Parts: sequence; C-alpha cells; structure tokens
Amino acid sequence: MNDSLFSLLDYGVYGTAILLMLIGLYGALVKKSLLKIVIGLSIVDSGLNLLIVTLGYYKGGTAPIFSPAYLKHPTLMVDPVPQALVLTAIVIGFGVTAVALALVIRLYRHHGTLNIDEIKNLKW
Amino acid sequence: MKKFVVILLLAVVGYYTADTFFGIGFGSPHFVDGVKAVKDVYITQTVQSLKVSNAVTSIVVNFRGFDTLGEVTVLFLAVTVLGSILYKKRHRVGDRSVLFSASSVVTAGSKLLFPAILLLGAYVFIHGHLSPGGGFQGGVIIATGFLLMLLAYENFSVGHSVLSVVESLAGITFAGVGLLGFMNGGTFLQNFLPTGILNDLFSGGIIPIIYIAVGFKVAAELTGVIYTVLHEKG
Repeated sequence: MNDSLFSLLDYGVYGTAILLMLIGLYGALVKKSLLKIVIGLSIVDSGLNLLIVTLGYYKGGTAPIFSPAYLKHPTLMVDPVPQALVLTAIVIGFGVTAVALALVIRLYRHHGTLNIDEIKNLKW
Repeated sequence: MKKFVVILLLAVVGYYTADTFFGIGFGSPHFVDGVKAVKDVYITQTVQSLKVSNAVTSIVVNFRGFDTLGEVTVLFLAVTVLGSILYKKRHRVGDRSVLFSASSVVTAGSKLLFPAILLLGAYVFIHGHLSPGGGFQGGVIIATGFLLMLLAYENFSVGHSVLSVVESLAGITFAGVGLLGFMNGGTFLQNFLPTGILNDLFSGGIIPIIYIAVGFKVAAELTGVIYTVLHEKG
C-alpha cells in the first residue's frame, strides 16, 4: 500500500511542479497584459522552487533540524541543500518581481495602458 | 498561430522535464553508489563541529555564507532599482495610492497586533539556528507588521533615513564579521567564534550574528519597498 502511495506521489508532486512551471510560462508568453506576464513569471518561480525542494526528499525523512529526538538518527533527514538553494531562489524571485512591477508602473504611467499590443516597441 | 507555437514548445519542454524527474522518482535516494552523499557530510558537520540544530541555516550562513552575501546584495540592488525607478521628489503625508480610510476596528486591532508581530519576527530571526526560520523569514514578518500599520493609519510614516541607516549598519555587520575571519588567520566568513553547546541560544559561532544582521537588513529593505510602492500615485 505504501509503495503504491509513493508511486502516486511520484507523478503527483513532480507533475504539479512541472504543470505550474508550464502554466506560468504559457501566461508569460501568450498573455497581452503586462501584469499577467509578471504573474506568469512569479508562477514559474513557484513551480521551480517546488520542484527543487521536492528533489531533496527522502522516503520517511524528517525536517533537517536536530530536535533532541533526532540527535541519534541524522541519516533520517531530508536533503537540506535544495532547501537552502530555494531560500536563495525565493529572495531572488522577490527581487525580480519587485523590479518588474516597478517597470510596469513606469510603462503604465508613460503609455497609459498595460496592453503590450498598444505599446508599440514591446512586440515580440 | 502564436498560441499553437507556444503550446507546442511547452509540450516539448514539459515532456522532457517530466521524463527526467519521473525517472529520478520521488523520495528515493538518487546519488552515485559508493560516494558519500553531500547531505550526510553537511548534516554531520552541522551537528558535530558547528553545534547548530538547523541544517538549512548552517548551509545558508556558514557553508554557503559568501553566496548569502551575494543574495543580500541582489536584494539590496532590487530595492535600489525600485526606488530609483519610482523616485519622487517628496512624499506628502496622506498622499498615497490607497485612498480609503480604515475603520476603527482595523486601526485598534493593528495597534494591538503590531508589537506582537515585531516580537514574532525578532524571535524567528534570533532563533534561526535552532528552529525553523531565520533572517529572511523574520525580516519578512517584521515588514508585514509595518505593512499592516501603513494600511491602517493614513499618516503612519517610516523615516527613509532610519531605514537606510539600519540597512547599511546590518550590511556592514555582515561584511565586517566576514572580514574578521581574515584577522583570525582564516578565510572570508570563517567561523572564528567558539561554537558552544548544541541547542543553546549562544551556539554556532558567527551564525546568529550574521542571521540577526540579515533579519534587520531584510526588514528594512522590505519596509522600504512597501513604503515606496504605497506612495506611488500614477
């Protein structure tokens, strides 16, 4: 029973993360509104972070924090390296979103619209 | 047509990413046989020589401390770019994009909650090496407290000079602690203080000092971001 649960999780967890990434990429590439593009970029961020954190999981592992009960079993812990990397990635993602939104505010103030079709020099 | 091309592209990207990750499998160890896993090295180092409880903190601040210094610099750069893009000569009190005034329930409630939120944030970043959390998380919690006050009170203001002084002092502390590593005959950001006893508040050498500095820095930067964006009027 446990094995079948894990094979379900196998597809479910990675699938969710990859689906999030694809949804975000779709939004960033197809949508016309600049705000929706920024939202898409931030969804890609979330999907990537979920994917990296999931990669460090071990079957039956605990959080990599030495509470007294786990002092004797350090090998039961999940991999802390992806978590540390994701901590960095979240902060960088925040910086990207903040700068992108500031640029969107400036573009809106200059052109009076958020539609990239009407902002002539932003077409792809 | 464009949509079709994009969906085709995403299908290809999605198929190969999914194929790679499904091949690895969820929750199974996936490293080369016969090589000691990186995580085991980090975890044993964390608990045996550093005496830190939280392995993520020890990696972020100690093993990858230089990386964190770069990360804090990127955050600082983002906040500076935001400020320079949205720069306005002066802010008048009450001149902000949120125009409605809050009800008395919100103002009284946020006055009550504000000190508690600050305390929680300080707790989270002071205990970053013992429990879940750390400088970044605690800083964000403190910034949410300031966001609450800024939304509830129309004329609540945060001095930009105070924010930049706090931010600069925190940054100087981080880099200065790193430089002190040289003076003790080591490398940049070397852990030169005694590491103490596991699960003590004063343990882990320079890790709590750096994380407290990071907490102050992140809190000041995020409060600055909130303040800048809130006073932005198109």
